[in-house]
Amino acid sequence: MSYQLETAEHPEMLRRVAIDPVSRVEGHGKVTILLDDQNKVHQVRLHIVEFRGFEKFIQGRPYWEVPVMVQRLCGICPVSHHLAASKALDIIVGAKKLTPAAEKLRRLMHYGQMLQSHALHFFHLCSPDLLFGFDSDVTRRNIVGVAAAHPEIAKRGVLLRKFGQEVIRVTAGKRVHGTGAVPGGMNKSLTIAERDELLKDIYHIVAWSRDAVHLIQKVHTQDPGLYNSFGIFRSNFMSLVGHNGDLDFYHGTLRARDDNGKLIFDGVDYQEYDRYIDEEVRSWSYMKFPYFRSLGKEHGWYKVGPLARVQNCNQISTPFAEHERKEFVDYAGGTPMHAPLAYHWTRMIEMLHAAEVIKELLHDDDLLSNDLMVEGERQMEGVGVIEAPRGTLFHHYRVDENDLITMANLIVSTTNNNQAMNEAVRHVARRYLHGHEVTEGLLNHIEVAIRAFDPCLSCATHALGKMPLAVELVDAEGLLIHSLSRA
Amino acid sequence: MSAPVVVFAVGNPSRGDDAIGPVLCGRLACWLEAAGLAAQFELIEDFQLQIEHVLDLQGRQLAMFIDAGIDTGAPFTFQRIVPATGIAHTTHELPPEAVLQVFRQTEEADPPPAFTLCIRGEQFELGEPLTATAENRLEQAFGLLEQLCRNPDPASWEAMVVSAQEGVRVAEMA
Repeated sequence: MSYQLETAEHPEMLRRVAIDPVSRVEGHGKVTILLDDQNKVHQVRLHIVEFRGFEKFIQGRPYWEVPVMVQRLCGICPVSHHLAASKALDIIVGAKKLTPAAEKLRRLMHYGQMLQSHALHFFHLCSPDLLFGFDSDVTRRNIVGVAAAHPEIAKRGVLLRKFGQEVIRVTAGKRVHGTGAVPGGMNKSLTIAERDELLKDIYHIVAWSRDAVHLIQKVHTQDPGLYNSFGIFRSNFMSLVGHNGDLDFYHGTLRARDDNGKLIFDGVDYQEYDRYIDEEVRSWSYMKFPYFRSLGKEHGWYKVGPLARVQNCNQISTPFAEHERKEFVDYAGGTPMHAPLAYHWTRMIEMLHAAEVIKELLHDDDLLSNDLMVEGERQMEGVGVIEAPRGTLFHHYRVDENDLITMANLIVSTTNNNQAMNEAVRHVARRYLHGHEVTEGLLNHIEVAIRAFDPCLSCATHALGKMPLAVELVDAEGLLIHSLSRA
Repeated sequence: MSAPVVVFAVGNPSRGDDAIGPVLCGRLACWLEAAGLAAQFELIEDFQLQIEHVLDLQGRQLAMFIDAGIDTGAPFTFQRIVPATGIAHTTHELPPEAVLQVFRQTEEADPPPAFTLCIRGEQFELGEPLTATAENRLEQAFGLLEQLCRNPDPASWEAMVVSAQEGVRVAEMA
């Protein structure tokens, strides 16, 4: 683990390749690659040039507005921000332990979110690459292409995503910008009609999720040369783990392991996260670089998300997902799997677990209870942590005696994976970049590496008329010698 | 039973002119109610178009997608769209044409006739309000939207298709 390839000694003497996916107007993720005359890669950076500024916007607002406000960060995982903020504010209102109904309703909402996000990522973003290959025709390599070649898979993707969104709607009030969670609990329970409507479909959802695990397992194991090595690098990893070290997306303590699987810390109360994690700022990116204080900046960075979570836990509490976890661990041979493409396999194991948990919760009558709120001794500071679809998400707030927010610190999942994504891109660029021409295949290889982490580089703006991808190859004198764009 | 016409209004109200879709959606809901036309339309507001929106197209006679545009015709364009492959590599959203195509592939049927009303925006920063320019364009587009909603059939909408240049004239006539 190092900063290898991050900074070239004489960048002004190198050719520059820029991969600039302007996929949402404010959310520019850009890859720059500097080459020498022999086409050797000297520097690779994944720039996150979006400045969210949310931590500043929140300051001065009443704390009870925050769980709704922060959802504006993201149109894909607003529930994660909603719940992480609510958990932080539970601490501030003194709600040390929620009522069973409130916690189960929040869990239902969150596992619905996990299901829909993982389904969207797999079926919409990744399955085209996985089913057709990274070099396949770009006009085919999308959900539409999948629908044409594999209509049943495409339809299941639509219905899985739709089901997850329905779980969110009935628990949060709306699919986007719900108001279900409030500091100290929830503001609505489930009606019998809402529960029964979800129960009608949940058995299909579990079955389809199992099929999805088996699909990605088959794809992965049939081509181990690619899937076990593409963009591979070793790193530490971190996640929440629940009771008994179970996989838990909603609550638990922080656990970190090194690249060999040895514990770095365990059982850490996340209210004290800043004793264990620090954030580095670098001049070329708005996104910060977190690291474990005990290991320092150079060696302390880590991965979060499905690959970290599934390997960090002791077991999974639901039977089908636990069976699949064991299959994955056996395949990895008892040591941590570091291949970025293994994210997809673990992501589908998590989707299956989410489906199973939703099924269990729907049979729990606590969901119908109106005992939803808890109050306690008011505090001035609180931290909320949740395992969002893309990884560990921190929300940390301080309030004053007038109930106004005075400080907010957010470490979002993609920020936790920042260094890891940079490493993946470096390895792919060094392996696949040849010649003076930027090919569509090369671009997609780099995108595949980034995409494995399911990054959310921007949050929920898009518009018609945008140019999704522009690529420029510039020589040492700054002259454009080749360009490629997708419009 | 589904309303015969579905209108998707897409955008994030917290990001400057990306709010054009949601703002127009709010105004349209009030206007439809006042005009006694609400039963004929279902309005769906969302951050982004996604694969599950194909399910909202089921059983419709007509569909409209309202969105902000970047470097698109000003003040607005109104166009017929057809199913087409979408560009989907690192984002989590689909263009309207791709939603129609996913409908065709998953439903094994043609989607309803569909149109986009695209109002050009200028600023899309987080926390920014609508620009004055966008508000003006939105006002102009609403005139066309009223005409469209009074005549909700494909032939009438086809006759009202306007290009960027014509959009100015139509806005002035409204």
